[in-house]
Amino acid sequence: MNIVLIALLVLGATGLTAAVLLFVIAQKFKVEEDPRIDEVTEVLPGANCGGCGFAGCRALAEACVKADSLEGLLCPVGGSETMAKVASILGMESVAAEPMVAVVRCNGTCEARPRTSEFNGSRSCQIMHSCYVGETACPFGCLGCGDCVAACQFDALHMNPETGLPEVDEDKCTSCGKCVKACPRQLIELRKKGPKNRRIVVLCRNKDKGAATRKACLNGCIGCGKCMKECNFEAITVENNLAYIDFNKCRLCRKCEAACPTGAIHAINFPPRKPAEPKEEAPATPKPAEPTVPTTPAPSVEPKKEEANV
Amino acid sequence: MSTFRIGGVHPQDNKQYSAHQTIVDCPLPQKAIIPLVQHIGAPAQPVVEKGDKVRVGQLIAKAGGFVSANIHSPFSGTISKIDTTVDGWGARVPAIFIDVEGDLWLDEIDKSDNLVREGILEPKEIIDRIAAAGIVGLGGACFPTHVKLMPPPGKKAKVLIVNGVECEPYLTCDHQLMLEKGEEIIIGIQLLMRALNIQRAIIGIEKNKPDAIAHMQKLASRVLGMSVMPLNLKYPQGGEKQLIDACIGRQVPSGALPIEVGAVVDNVATVYAVYEAVLKRKPLISRVMTITGKDVAKPGNYRVRFGTPLTDVVALAGGVPENTGKIIGGGPMMGRAMNSLDMPANKRVSGLLFMPEDESRRIEPENCIRCAKCVGACPMGLEPYLLARQAELQQWDGMEAHNIMDCIECGCCTFTCPSHRPLLDYVRMGKAKVGGIIRARSAK
Repeated sequence: MNIVLIALLVLGATGLTAAVLLFVIAQKFKVEEDPRIDEVTEVLPGANCGGCGFAGCRALAEACVKADSLEGLLCPVGGSETMAKVASILGMESVAAEPMVAVVRCNGTCEARPRTSEFNGSRSCQIMHSCYVGETACPFGCLGCGDCVAACQFDALHMNPETGLPEVDEDKCTSCGKCVKACPRQLIELRKKGPKNRRIVVLCRNKDKGAATRKACLNGCIGCGKCMKECNFEAITVENNLAYIDFNKCRLCRKCEAACPTGAIHAINFPPRKPAEPKEEAPATPKPAEPTVPTTPAPSVEPKKEEANV
Repeated sequence: MSTFRIGGVHPQDNKQYSAHQTIVDCPLPQKAIIPLVQHIGAPAQPVVEKGDKVRVGQLIAKAGGFVSANIHSPFSGTISKIDTTVDGWGARVPAIFIDVEGDLWLDEIDKSDNLVREGILEPKEIIDRIAAAGIVGLGGACFPTHVKLMPPPGKKAKVLIVNGVECEPYLTCDHQLMLEKGEEIIIGIQLLMRALNIQRAIIGIEKNKPDAIAHMQKLASRVLGMSVMPLNLKYPQGGEKQLIDACIGRQVPSGALPIEVGAVVDNVATVYAVYEAVLKRKPLISRVMTITGKDVAKPGNYRVRFGTPLTDVVALAGGVPENTGKIIGGGPMMGRAMNSLDMPANKRVSGLLFMPEDESRRIEPENCIRCAKCVGACPMGLEPYLLARQAELQQWDGMEAHNIMDCIECGCCTFTCPSHRPLLDYVRMGKAKVGGIIRARSAK
């Protein structure tokens, strides 16, 4: 009995001393930290994807707390919803951010862009890009090894085995920008999601002259400039034989889409055109247009579940 | 017999197909395309215009910077356009298109085969003539030769090492050149020795070319300070730093140039071009290429003027074999598989190798078993397994810390890997990335 008592006393006394010591040291060397940082970190998604430009969610939280206004600070994953929460914690005004989405600007499907060689090395876009032009003749197009798919942390990118191109799942895409960095050919761009997720995009990055582009890929932009003439809002510029639609100026009238002779311009998530108007989009490429047509005028039956060929 | 000390592998040399085939001149084409990027450094700037008449040897594009090289017209005819062309790897390069008419040379060029002995020339004049002739290293890297001959202040060259190793399997163009143009090469070496103001030159030749060793030894013995060094077989002995180690037993420090140990290395083909440029005033407009492969009808060594379509050269060698699975520009170790033969011959392509379908497939890679064979094989003393892994994980700073920039991309690691891992693929990609990062940093 005595032994037990002694043991209890000794251990108890040691524990108590250690506790007091630890408490004193903890107080003495306490790091003063704004408690709001923890709160803000709580509401952030916690994916640590780096899409905001900071090392992780906590780093963004620190920056938010330190900053005077939330301008320029944005969690692309959480979007304006999360930023509103952050703003309410910090008592600041939230800056409305347009939701963005990743867009793969290549439509060189297997049918439109014939394979000219076979790459027998490692299946990595980076490596293939460093070796040569790629398996097709287009030096600007998608290489199809899926570096972007591997880079996506949100499972929003998948390769479509039929087209050989990556497709973005709009519901899952958080526009963190990881895929943009992963693509050695700079094919992926973050664009405004647009009203009702509708947007018009040139799905091509080929800067070669029209004839060379055409030879490599039937769906490529040949830089003819028809779309530029058609556009009433000066949203389209043609530079280096390549058209580009400025999403800030585009009013989604779809005139350019109809004017494009190769079908390089795609209207995404629009209802199908009325059959009464025989406007015939992409008349020049009846065959290659096929795989992309079902995704282009996004069927209202399946609003967004199916990844649109973005 | 000596060789370099670190790493190396022993691939089968397969030189029997084209060895001892006399150099054959390739006929002139109808139309020629002269790419303006045939060297390391800035692209050359065209000095002719559409519609101009040019003669053989006339300057058509000027060096675009210090590290760059002049380009001369290999043909006589009319410039049809100045545009871009696609090379055998799909890259777009600026080029001059010529419609070939006849074969009219510039008057000052001595195009005969007569041997010209050395005249008395100042070192500066020799270097100027080399620079004007647009000579680049024909061993593969295509570094402008005149830049090598001007050591930075404070550095002094002590020995000229002439690279007659040709360690790359299949290729035989340098071997044949030594047999046929030995005397010219010796004179070229004397010119370079004078240009560098040095008294010692070593010609390194691997012992699988005994006839070339005997021939060059006979010729070199007449010249004071010149010797032939027979070397044991080992790839990549033709690498600059490996050859220096093999010949004079000195190792170039990491990141430094050969001049650091007092050596200048030039390929025999380059030396021959120097002879022609300096004493016969003939600029660099052609080179010897090896067209080879197991099933090529007439494998051999062909003298090709730059701009000749490769398809013409291949036709001369009997056309593309039916069972071809892969066409490699260069040798099997350092060369790159091409995706099209629709490109002109240029200073860079030392050979074409046709691999049969069954030999051209890669073996499916398996996991790294940590055997460290690649570490033992790396001639630069790097750790390829680690660098490849870092490249895969995009740890660029880690790669830089492990001296990725010393990699010479010889392919020994991939060759030796028992798991068939594509180590060089990753290392090369990482090297390009890290190189870009370093350049961006130093530009700041």
